[in-house]
Amino acid sequence: MKGTIQNREKFLNQISARLGHNDISNSIPQRSWKYHPQDEVLTDTSPDQLVEVLKTQCLKIHTSLLSANLDNLAATLDKIVTDYGGGPVVTWKDQRFSEWGLDRLMKDAWPKENIEVHEWDYTQGAENIRYAEKANIGITISEITLAESGTVVLLSDKDKGRTVSFLPACFIALIPKSSIVPRITQAARIIRQKHLDGHRVASCINFITGPSNSADIELDLVVGVHGPVKATYIIIDDI
Amino acid sequence: MTMKIGTGDFKERVDQGIHDSFMRGAVAGAQERMGTRRNDAAEELGNWEDWRSHGEEIRQHVLEHLDYYLQQLSENIASRGGHVFFAQTGEEANQYIQDVVKRKNAKKVVKAKSMVTEEIALNDCLKQAGCEVIETDLGEYILQVDDHDPPSHIVVPALHKNKEQIRDVFAERLGYQKTSKPEELAGHARLKLREEFLSADIGITGCNFAVAETGSFSLVTNEGNADLVTALPKTQITVMGMERLVPTFEELEVLVSLLTRSAVGQKLTSYITVLTGPREEFDVDGPEEFHLVIVDNGRSQILGGEFQSILQCIRCAACINTCPVYRHVGGHSYGSIYSGPIGAVLSPLLGGYEDYKELPYASTLCGACTDVCPVKIPLHQLLHKHRQNIVENTGQAPISEKLAMKAFGLGAASPSLYKLGSKIAPAAMNPFTQGDKIKKGPGPLKAWTEIRDFPAPNKERFRDWYKNRDKGGNQ
Ligand code: SF4
Repeated sequence: MKGTIQNREKFLNQISARLGHNDISNSIPQRSWKYHPQDEVLTDTSPDQLVEVLKTQCLKIHTSLLSANLDNLAATLDKIVTDYGGGPVVTWKDQRFSEWGLDRLMKDAWPKENIEVHEWDYTQGAENIRYAEKANIGITISEITLAESGTVVLLSDKDKGRTVSFLPACFIALIPKSSIVPRITQAARIIRQKHLDGHRVASCINFITGPSNSADIELDLVVGVHGPVKATYIIIDDI
Repeated sequence: MTMKIGTGDFKERVDQGIHDSFMRGAVAGAQERMGTRRNDAAEELGNWEDWRSHGEEIRQHVLEHLDYYLQQLSENIASRGGHVFFAQTGEEANQYIQDVVKRKNAKKVVKAKSMVTEEIALNDCLKQAGCEVIETDLGEYILQVDDHDPPSHIVVPALHKNKEQIRDVFAERLGYQKTSKPEELAGHARLKLREEFLSADIGITGCNFAVAETGSFSLVTNEGNADLVTALPKTQITVMGMERLVPTFEELEVLVSLLTRSAVGQKLTSYITVLTGPREEFDVDGPEEFHLVIVDNGRSQILGGEFQSILQCIRCAACINTCPVYRHVGGHSYGSIYSGPIGAVLSPLLGGYEDYKELPYASTLCGACTDVCPVKIPLHQLLHKHRQNIVENTGQAPISEKLAMKAFGLGAASPSLYKLGSKIAPAAMNPFTQGDKIKKGPGPLKAWTEIRDFPAPNKERFRDWYKNRDKGGNQ
């Protein structure tokens, strides 16, 4: 359904007049930039070097970073969940958990150990949010990972609720090694290209860099304000 | 609250500022730390000057084609099911928002920090409509709990308060019983605000940058409050100053990078959220209804004129964090929610010379602000232009330069402040120098030079000054 637009003509006419434009042009303005500083940052860096950059950055953003391969991923994840004090756990509904061999852990082992797991299920509507609010841990998957800033990029959809990454006290992001790019520049280009190729932009794109924090009181850093208090990334060697 | 804050006249406000010793210490400390962080973040990139030039060219391009991009933005938002309202004035914006609130029969609004909603005094209007309004940014929340104490900094609004004061306010108003440790105070706010997020009818945010090509807009925070404001309530209203947009995601990332480094010295903040339209058909969280209110409120009058470049501003506060006058007098002295150099240029443009004629004199014209501005706004030159206009319009300066300097506590008592400023003074001062002394300076320097000669500005760069400042320059 198309939304409404009100008061536009008068508003834009005034702007056009101030700018000395006769009317609003029909063609997209040419963007020809003289400067391209973003192309000089961390380009020509190998995937392994990018992992190193990411590791160093994680030290600065109060985030633990672990590496795993498909053989020990389940054990690694299990350990963090235990360290964080167990469930309840809320996760996206995502085929990849299963492809990475996590079904046994998430659907079998945890429930047996009384770690409650809720997988996002849009047919249950707002019930999902109540689970997320109660949850100790939220588990998501990074679509694009930014080495320079230590950022995971999450794209919302019906199976990937936004609140999985905000409401629980602890945040775990699984990072396929193949998703790591130098910086936000590459992510912006990927997202834009998808749009130009005719895909819908996700209603919510989250660039998340570590746990939530604030320096609003005497500029003292407090980790854990409205969002998660703790964060862990697990890089999965998929290349 | 409108753009205007505080009572009393300019001189009284400044007097109060100068005599609030905690505030002055806090401001000095904040400038120190934020300035250093910003410098490190900028230097780390190696090609910061190119980044600034790129930021500048993007912002200039957007302003030159603002009509096109606003048209494109609104089309794309509408095609994703969002509603767009163009508001010529603050009243129009408030009226529209009030109508939405009434239609939704809303009782509770949660807000993420937004300067433009302060500028148009949206909160007052929401309260008139019978709504409870809760600010969710920690700093804003503290001010709100304390009877709406005005903000003193555009990034760290409660900078002027110490943790003991905050504890006392929480104890009195929220029944808080723990210590003044920031973690405990923040933990209490987290608890209180969770309930509010979950029970609010409407979420209201500002907008760091909208993206015309996709009809998206971005929110930049560290706390994650904006995410809860936009994920939980059923209706979302976003208010943006009409100039706050970029053509595509590619420019968005450049400006976000400049913003986070300049504002807090971080490569990126913890949460950068880009939203497009309301929730999709089967999404569970996110708003069912989305409204974007695009506000002019005096901005179009700046467009096409000699102050156009101030619309390049990305509200990073780097100029504030570097200004020796702000350091001395604090945010409240400016009598506007926009303080520091950006405030001294913008407030008279949006609020008129009548109310803000003294602000352009609240500067040593040292140019430190211009040097740090990530989008290369020639701030000190714009301040100088204001002064010329004020003199031309009224035939005289509203406040003698001598008085301005005195009012700002920059009388003979603090020559070292002048010295700091002068070290980085712009080339514009050269005509006044004789040898290595200034004989008759422009602007406020005249007040100084009436008393004595000062060493002429040398060409030392701001960065060097900043680094050396600890060695006795702490005034
Ligand atoms: S004028 Fe420049 S430095 Fe000051 S807040 Fe705006 S963008 Fe930042």
